[in-house]
Amino acid sequence: MVVSPTEHAEHAEHAEPAEDAAPATAGTVTLRVNGREHTLRTDHRVTLLDLLREHLGLTGPKKGCDHGQCGACTVLLDGRRANSCLLLAVAHNGAEVVTVEGLAAITPGGGPHPLQRAFLRRDAFQCGFCTPGQLCSAVGALAEAAAGHPSAVTPEAALAEPGRPVEPTAPELRERLSGNLCRCGAYPAIVRAVADTVTDGAADGDGDGDSDSEAGPGADAAAAPTPGGGPV
Amino acid sequence: MKPFGYVRAGSLREAAAAYAAHPDPRYLGGGTNLVDLMKLGVETPATLIDVSRLPLDAVEERPGGGLRIGATARNSDVAAHPLVRTHHPLVSRALLAGASGQLRNIATIGGNLLQRTRCPYFQDVSKACNKRLPGTGCAALEGVHREHAVLGHSAHCIATHPSDLAVALAALDADIELYGGDGSGGTDDDGDGDGDGTRTVAATDFHRLPGDHPERDTVIRPGELVTAVLLPAPAPGAVSLYRKVRDRASYAFALASVAAVLDLDPATGRVRHVALALGGLAHRPWRATTAERALTGAVPDADTVRRAVDAELDRARPLRDNAHKVVLARNLARDALTTLTTLAATARRAP
Ligand SMILES: Cc1cc2nc3c(=O)[nH]c(=O)nc-3n(C[C@H](O)[C@H](O)[C@H](O)COP(=O)(O)OP(=O)(O)OC[C@H]3O[C@@H](n4cnc5c(N)ncnc54)[C@H](O)[C@@H]3O)c2cc1C
Ligand code: SF4
Ligand code: FES
Ligand code: FES
Repeated sequence: MVVSPTEHAEHAEHAEPAEDAAPATAGTVTLRVNGREHTLRTDHRVTLLDLLREHLGLTGPKKGCDHGQCGACTVLLDGRRANSCLLLAVAHNGAEVVTVEGLAAITPGGGPHPLQRAFLRRDAFQCGFCTPGQLCSAVGALAEAAAGHPSAVTPEAALAEPGRPVEPTAPELRERLSGNLCRCGAYPAIVRAVADTVTDGAADGDGDGDSDSEAGPGADAAAAPTPGGGPV
Repeated sequence: MKPFGYVRAGSLREAAAAYAAHPDPRYLGGGTNLVDLMKLGVETPATLIDVSRLPLDAVEERPGGGLRIGATARNSDVAAHPLVRTHHPLVSRALLAGASGQLRNIATIGGNLLQRTRCPYFQDVSKACNKRLPGTGCAALEGVHREHAVLGHSAHCIATHPSDLAVALAALDADIELYGGDGSGGTDDDGDGDGDGTRTVAATDFHRLPGDHPERDTVIRPGELVTAVLLPAPAPGAVSLYRKVRDRASYAFALASVAAVLDLDPATGRVRHVALALGGLAHRPWRATTAERALTGAVPDADTVRRAVDAELDRARPLRDNAHKVVLARNLARDALTTLTTLAATARRAP
């Protein structure tokens, strides 16, 4: 409702607001979404989540809470996971966005993404509402660990040794994925699925699912669900 | 949400000038708090001045071994930064204890320090709140206040400050660097005469107690920008930690938290320096100076630690429904000091 292609206003970024003229309340935003460039005029109030869902028809990212409290809206923004419900589209002009719909396309050799396969094999959902956010979050979380980003549960010794990848153990995965709530409580299977992709690497690209029979190293310890539930 | 104008600032000067030139302006960092509050109608700016792309995102070593963390650096990048992890791991720990991975990727350091309270009445425009609308009263006093303050609150406001980072900065005696304000485009009143338009405020003085003016969270002036956090060089041999207690193990605000630094004299085992800051208990990080005085110069055995912590927390004035926080804080502070004493002793024995 707040995107209007007929808005007359100048793009605020370049607008030189004349004396006592109210500044423009809409502007032009160019985003590269799942590999395709889109230029839209939007009201400044439009969040990236609403832009994706309402104007680009990408309904993968979900609006669970609209307040940063559930993670269902998680997308990759310039390669990093972010809650799209708290991002103003206008503030991210020029950004590269990947939603769950685009995960297959960023998979070497073609999709589905190994995490998507693992979620299927491990039955890592019930209703599936949180799944697009869980998947994008897991992609980001694994990249962060590989880049050596610590988490709240990273041991002292590893924290003191920057520059090395952090081993994505089950406790690490649970902590790193805590920004994604699952009302159905599929946490144990989600952690197992993500742990599988760590064990397999990007493997099992043959798609026959044969590497899923054995639990990954973290799978047993992963049985306890991430504490979660109510909104923050 | 109310319609608003948007300006992306290219430089500090531009940001300050835009603030002065536009009606009802607010600076925008990552927006993880501001956009949320705009959706709730708590914040109703007419103009957002986006400072998130200002070239203030570096983490650098300062002459003398301290660190300078730029205000637009993202929480996740600061937590992961080699200099921060090795010089002041408790800053990494405090940041990593906050929010979630995806929020930390967006949240900036300046925005983290200036985030508003999570008091549910502050966030609900249908409720009385002196912080949101001075003079309307405080719905939390007689309402749900299990998570509210036990120290330093006033009859006007019992809110706590939610930042974990701020608690670590208070314990480290960090400084906050500020620029501009009141449309002046830089006042340069830090007395250093360098004319760069900045002033610095001690982290322990940056956040306020509510008193008669709960609408002011900090001592920042209208239009002033946070440009950096300045950390001192770590004392060789000092040990530190950050711990947080919350209703769930992750992705929740603190009921109570502690940031502590301890330096023991290797010869005598006596406390040379101790800093104890408590979070989640007050309108600002609570530097436990009474406990620190009791500990300085003493051997921190179990009894001394208990007496010191009690002397501090005997000053707590819990509300109807949050006396548990005082117990949490006592145990947390004692445990932190005991852990650090052991760590310091081990560090001393190590070659
Ligand atoms: C679900 C959830 C859970 C969270 N849990 C925690 C937690 O456990 N611990 C914790 O510490 N935090 C937590 N947070 C808060 C989060 O850390 C803050 O929202 C974030 O740090 C704010 O940074 P930002 O850059 O997004 O700020 P913004 O939202 O952009 O801004 C916040 C305020 O700071 C002002 N501002 C921003 N940058 C500057 C600047 N450079 N100079 C002057 N003013 C500026 C803005 O005008 C605004 O008033 C949580 C948030 C959410 C949504
Ligand atoms: S505690 Fe403070 S923020 Fe909460 S309702 Fe009272 S005045 Fe408002
Ligand atoms: S919809 Fe964005 S975090 Fe819940
Ligand atoms: S599968 Fe239903 S919310 Fe996660």
